[in-house]
Amino acid sequence: MGLDMANDQRWSEFGKGARDTLPLVIGAIPFGIIFGTLSAGAGLSAAGTMGMSLFVFAGSAQFIAMGLVGAGTIWPMIVLTTLVVNFRHLLYTATLLPYLRRLPRRWQVLLAFGLTDETFAVAVGHWREPDPNSHKHWYQFGSMVFMYVNWNLCTLLGIAAGRFLEGIGGWGLDFAMVAAFIGMVIPYLTDTPGYCVALVSGASALMLNGLPHKLGLIAASILGIMAGVVTESLRTRWLQRTSEAVEEK
Amino acid sequence: METVYLIAGMFLVTFSIRYGLLPLSGRIRFTPGIQRALNYVPPAVLTAIIVPAALMPDGHTLQLTPANPYLVGAIGTTLIGWLGKNLLITIIGGMAAFVICQWVLVLLH
Repeated sequence: MGLDMANDQRWSEFGKGARDTLPLVIGAIPFGIIFGTLSAGAGLSAAGTMGMSLFVFAGSAQFIAMGLVGAGTIWPMIVLTTLVVNFRHLLYTATLLPYLRRLPRRWQVLLAFGLTDETFAVAVGHWREPDPNSHKHWYQFGSMVFMYVNWNLCTLLGIAAGRFLEGIGGWGLDFAMVAAFIGMVIPYLTDTPGYCVALVSGASALMLNGLPHKLGLIAASILGIMAGVVTESLRTRWLQRTSEAVEEK
Repeated sequence: METVYLIAGMFLVTFSIRYGLLPLSGRIRFTPGIQRALNYVPPAVLTAIIVPAALMPDGHTLQLTPANPYLVGAIGTTLIGWLGKNLLITIIGGMAAFVICQWVLVLLH
């Protein structure tokens, strides 16, 4: 294969990755803007807010961090919370490991940096397609670049809006984060374990609210996760027992 | 300076989680239990933030009244989200419920 052809294939993969991410990019626009606008109220500098989007690049963790900054939480506690919140990404890397481990180190570093929920969701489907093309990492790269550029532009726009539009606080923006989080939790409320997670973590967050350094948030999250795991295993056991009972009859 | 530590720390933690497993060769398989636990992380953390924010907007007193716009907004958001399942509409609708409640409170006073 000629060099030009290989190059063409790379860029066509890049473009396809970006195109397939478009719906998720559109979905991220309000989040990026809202994240930027919140910074003024939370007391995070414009440079700090921009730096977070440029270097951390993790939507929900950035939102939560912004809330904690606003509440005056000490920075090591915010970093610890980020660890808990982003821990789910371990699952993403583990899932993509069979495909990513053949790539050179610099590609692994690059793609790991941009492994957001959105890019994972788009790229995993493409990696699993049976076609043997050897430039699939360019597809994931295209998806990640599109997400990254969009996220940072929206953050910038939000920072400007929050500082220059008078009275933007009255537009319900201080509630936007709560509304966004509720919207993100609802898809999980499909079965008993899902409800148990929400119920236990919400109730314990309320009771542990007085703990110093927002420790209650982490404690309540862990209790909620445990409640989900326990309910799930109880349910599985119960389902097994009922199916056995049916077979015996 | 604090902000630099904060961003550096958040970057290190996030990147380590995303990159950490890549140098390992071979397949990684989590037990189904761990996989489920990881899946429950987002709803658990988010609910732990939502509930106190809606019920204790000032940070320490429980406000279970219709005069709490955060609570009214949260209930509105949940209802809209349940019916519509569209994230953007849910957020905008929830913010509208919150703002309307604030206006009504101002009018009543």
